[in-house]
Amino acid sequence: MNEIVTPQSLGLSREDLPNSYIGRSVPRPNARKLVEGRATYTDDVDLPRLVHAAFYRSPHAHARIVSIDTSAALKVPGVVRVFTGADLAKVCDPWVAVLAHLKGMKSAPQYPLPLERATWQGEAVVAVVAESRAAAEDGVAALAVEFEALPAQVDMETALAPGSVVIHPELGDNLVFTRTAETGDVAGAIASAHRTVEATFHTGRHTGVTLEPRSIIADYNRADGTLTVHHSTQAPHMMQNVFATQLRLAESDVRVICKDVGGSYGIKVHVYPDEMAVACMSRIMGRPVKFIADRFEAFGSDIHARDHRIKGRLAVDAEGRFLAFDIDDLTGIGPYSVYPRTSAVEGNQVVNLCGGPYSFPNYRCTTTVVLQNKAPTCQYRAVGHPIATAVTEGLVDLAAEALGMDPVEIRRKNLIPDDAYPCTSPAGMKFEGLSHHQSLAKLLEMVPVEKIRADQVEQRKRGVYRGLGFASFIELTNPSPFMYGIGGAKISAQDGCTVRMDPDGSVVAMSGVTEQGQGTEAILAQIVAHGVGVPVSKVRIVTGDTRTVPYGGGTWACRGAGIGGEAALQSAIALKEQILEVAGAMLQAQGSSLDIVMGEIVDKATGQARMPLSELGRIVYYRGDTLPKELSRELVQTRHFITKEYPFAFTNGIQASWLEVDVETGMVKLLEHWCVEDCGRVINPLLVDEQVRGGIVQGIGGALYEHCIYNEDGQLLTTTLADYLVPMAAEMPDMHVGHVETPTKESLLGAKGAGEAGTAGAPAAIMNAINDALKPFGAKVFAQPFTPERILKALGTIA
Amino acid sequence: MTTRIDVTLTVNGERVSRSVDTRLHLVDFLRSELGLAGAHTGCEHGVCGACTVRLDGEPVRGCLVMAASLDGAVVETIEGLSDSGEILDLQEAFVARNACQCGYCTPGMLVTAADILTASPQATREEIREHISGNYCRCTGYQAIVDAVEDVLKARAAKREAA
Ligand code: FES
Ligand code: FES
Repeated sequence: MNEIVTPQSLGLSREDLPNSYIGRSVPRPNARKLVEGRATYTDDVDLPRLVHAAFYRSPHAHARIVSIDTSAALKVPGVVRVFTGADLAKVCDPWVAVLAHLKGMKSAPQYPLPLERATWQGEAVVAVVAESRAAAEDGVAALAVEFEALPAQVDMETALAPGSVVIHPELGDNLVFTRTAETGDVAGAIASAHRTVEATFHTGRHTGVTLEPRSIIADYNRADGTLTVHHSTQAPHMMQNVFATQLRLAESDVRVICKDVGGSYGIKVHVYPDEMAVACMSRIMGRPVKFIADRFEAFGSDIHARDHRIKGRLAVDAEGRFLAFDIDDLTGIGPYSVYPRTSAVEGNQVVNLCGGPYSFPNYRCTTTVVLQNKAPTCQYRAVGHPIATAVTEGLVDLAAEALGMDPVEIRRKNLIPDDAYPCTSPAGMKFEGLSHHQSLAKLLEMVPVEKIRADQVEQRKRGVYRGLGFASFIELTNPSPFMYGIGGAKISAQDGCTVRMDPDGSVVAMSGVTEQGQGTEAILAQIVAHGVGVPVSKVRIVTGDTRTVPYGGGTWACRGAGIGGEAALQSAIALKEQILEVAGAMLQAQGSSLDIVMGEIVDKATGQARMPLSELGRIVYYRGDTLPKELSRELVQTRHFITKEYPFAFTNGIQASWLEVDVETGMVKLLEHWCVEDCGRVINPLLVDEQVRGGIVQGIGGALYEHCIYNEDGQLLTTTLADYLVPMAAEMPDMHVGHVETPTKESLLGAKGAGEAGTAGAPAAIMNAINDALKPFGAKVFAQPFTPERILKALGTIA
Repeated sequence: MTTRIDVTLTVNGERVSRSVDTRLHLVDFLRSELGLAGAHTGCEHGVCGACTVRLDGEPVRGCLVMAASLDGAVVETIEGLSDSGEILDLQEAFVARNACQCGYCTPGMLVTAADILTASPQATREEIREHISGNYCRCTGYQAIVDAVEDVLKARAAKREAA
C-alpha cells in the first residue's frame, strides 16, 4: 500500500462501510464485567503474606511532632510493625514539586511521612502495619503521639501579609508562584471604555470523591529486587518512574499494574505521601503492603482543588465589543506543591484561559499562588477551566446587563469568528480550529429560548423565579511536552500502541493510555478494528501494566482518544499493511490490490473474499515453511504518537442552564441543561455523551453543593459524605448534549478530548442562570458553591 | 478487643458457616471471608450505596449490617443475581446505555434498581431518580442509568401486556 492514508481513504466518517467503527455507538466490551461485579479494583487483589497499613493522621493544622511512643501499638494483636518518618526517610528521598518553566516557582521537600512537623490536619504522621486493616487501626489508636501545636496560616488572603506564619521558613515566605500575562494596554482601554464592569468571584475548595478511594498494594520482592505496585492510578509509567527515583531502584525493576480503576477525575494522577509510605514499607519489609483510604482519609488527604478568589474587570465599548479583561487570581494550595505536576498549574491555567472564547485586544491576568495549612490542592477534572469560565462568563453577563444587551447577542458579537483560525489568544494560547459560532447556533436550535423567556415572565407573576444562563468555554486537550516535559517532569506526552494478530485472526492491542471508566478500551478496540479491518469483537485491549504496554502517559487532560487513539490507529494501519504483504505473497497478488474487511482478505476492486485472517494466521504461525523465505512475517506493529504543531488541541463548546430559585429558602432547582461541544472526531457518541453529562454533574457539584469547609484553626469540617454534598440522581436535570465536529489536523484520527467540557462550563452557566432568576431583586451571587445561605444573603433575607 | 460469633447463613444459594469478628460488617464479610468482591465500599457510613446487597429479599447497606447478626439470613450479591439471570435484562440495558463508567457504583446501583423493577413497575423517570438517589454515581451523570432502568420497566411492562 503506497497510497497516502487520509481520513477519507480510511472512511473515518463513513458509518455505512463494513467494519467501520469510528463514530458508532458500540457498547463497551469491558462493561459486562462491571455489571456482573467481576471487575478487579486494587482492593480486590490479594497476595500471599499481604499486610495492611493504617495511618495516624495529624489532628492539628500545624504542629511540631514532639515524640512518638509506639510501644503500646506494637503490643496490639495483629500489629506487625510501626514506621515513623525517620524510618522511611532511610529508603526514600524527598521530592520537591516545582516545574522549571513556571519561573520562580518554589516549594519545600516532602517526605512520605513528615520528619519534624505536621503541616495540615489529616497529614499522615505514623504508619502501622498489621495482619488486617482493623488490627492496623487498633494499632493506630494505641499510638501515643505528642504534638506541640503551632500557629497555623489558614487564610490565603493573609498568607503574604507581614507577620504571617511562614509555613516553611527556609522558603522565606509563603509565595509559591506568581505569573502575569499582559497584552496591549489594559489601563488605557479601561480608562477610555464606554463601560467597565467588575466583580469578585470565589470558587469553593472541593475534591474529587472518587467512589473507589485511593488504593495501593506495594510488593517488594527481595529475591529479584523488583517492586510491583498494584495501584489505582491514571499514570502508571509516571508512577513507575517516581517509585524508582525516590526509592533508588532501577526504573526497569519497578512495575506498576492498574487493573480497574473506580473513578479518578485527576485525583489519581498525583504522588501521595501515604502511598509513597506504603512503597517504602514494602521495600523495608520485603512483603506486600496494602493501603485503601477510607472516606474520612480521602476527604482529608486526597488533593483538593479550586480554592480561588478572583477579582475581574471587563471593559466594553458602546456597541458591546470587549476591549479588555483585567483579572487578579489568588489561590491557596496547602503546605506543599503536589508532585510532580505541581499545584501552580491550576492558577497558571486561569491565566491561560480567561477570556478564552472571545476576541479582544487587551489582556492582563495575574495569578498568585500561596501556601496555607490546609490539605494540598492540585489538578482536578478540567484544571482551572471552571474558574476561568465562571469569571469570564460572569463578567460577560454583567457587561450585557450594563449595556442592556441580550446575553446571547453580546456573545455572538465577541466570540472569535469561526474563520479566524489558526490564531493566538491574548493569553498566548494557539488555537488550531474552534467553532464557537457554529456551537452557539447549534445550542440555540436545542434550547427553546423564546418559550423559556415567555415562561419566565409568566412565572414571575406567580412569584416563581426562573433563570436561563449561558457559558461559552474553551478546553485544553491532547497536551504536548509543553505541559510538563519542558518543566523537567518525567510525564510522557507521547503514547504508544502495539497491535498483534494471533493465529485465529484475532487482534490484541496494548496501549499506554489507561481506562478509568471513560471507555478508553472501548474506543481503542473500535479504532483498531477499523484500522485493521476486523470485527470489533475480535479485538482485545491490554492497558495498565508498565511491564507489557508501550511507554506512555496514561489518561489525564483528555489525551486518551487524541493521543492514545491516534497511536492505536497508526499501529493498526501498519499491521494491516503487513498482513496484506503476507497475504499478497500467499495469494500471488500485489498487497495493494487486497483489502481486509471484517476479518477477511478480499480483492480491493471487486470485494471478493479471498481468505479469512484465521487461515493467514494458521499458515504464518504453523506452516511458515510454505512461505517465501525472505518474506517478513511479524504480524505485530508498534507506533507512537505525539502532537507536533500545537502545544495543546483546544476544544470549545457552550452550555445553557435553566433553573428555578426558591427565594424563600434560597434553594436552587435545576430544570434542564444543555451542552454543545466540539471534541473533533467523535469516536463513540454514546461514550462522549455520558462523559459530557458526568462532567456537567461534577460541575454542578462545584456550583451548588461541594465544599471542603475548614474552620479558622484549619480543622476540616466536611469529612463524611453526609457533610460534603455531592450531586444525587434526584436533583439532577435532564441534560441534552449536541456535537459539532472540527477534527484536529494534527492527527489522522482528528480526535480531541471531551471529558472536561461538562465540568468546565456548568458552574458558569448555573451562576448566570441564578443571577438571571434573581434579576427582579437586583441580587447577584459570585461565590461558589451557591448555597441557600449565600442566595438568601444576596437577597438580603438574612444578614 | 475482638470477640467471635458463629453464624450460618445462605449466600447466593450456598450455605456458609463462619466464626466472625463481632465488629465485622456484612460487606467486609462478603469481600474478605467469601471472596465476593462485587459489592464495594465507598463510604462505610451508609451514604453512598456502593455496598448495597440483598438481605432476606430487601436491599440493604452492607456497611451498616453486622455479619454477626446474620445467623439464618439469606444474602444475595451481584454475583448471585448475575448467576441466576434475574437481572439479565437490567444488566444488558446498563451495557447498552453505557450506564456505568468506572463500574464501582454499578453492583450497588443494580441491586437498588432491581428493587424498583418489582416494587414499582410503573415508576416514572422522577420516581426512578428518587429511588436510586441513595446510590451515588460519580461518573455517569445518572441520566444513562435512569434511561436504562426506564427501558427495562417498559420492556417488562410490554412483556406482561403480551402475556
Ligand atoms: S459503603 Fe455502604 S453506603 Fe457507602
Ligand atoms: S460508574 Fe463510576 S461511580 Fe458510577
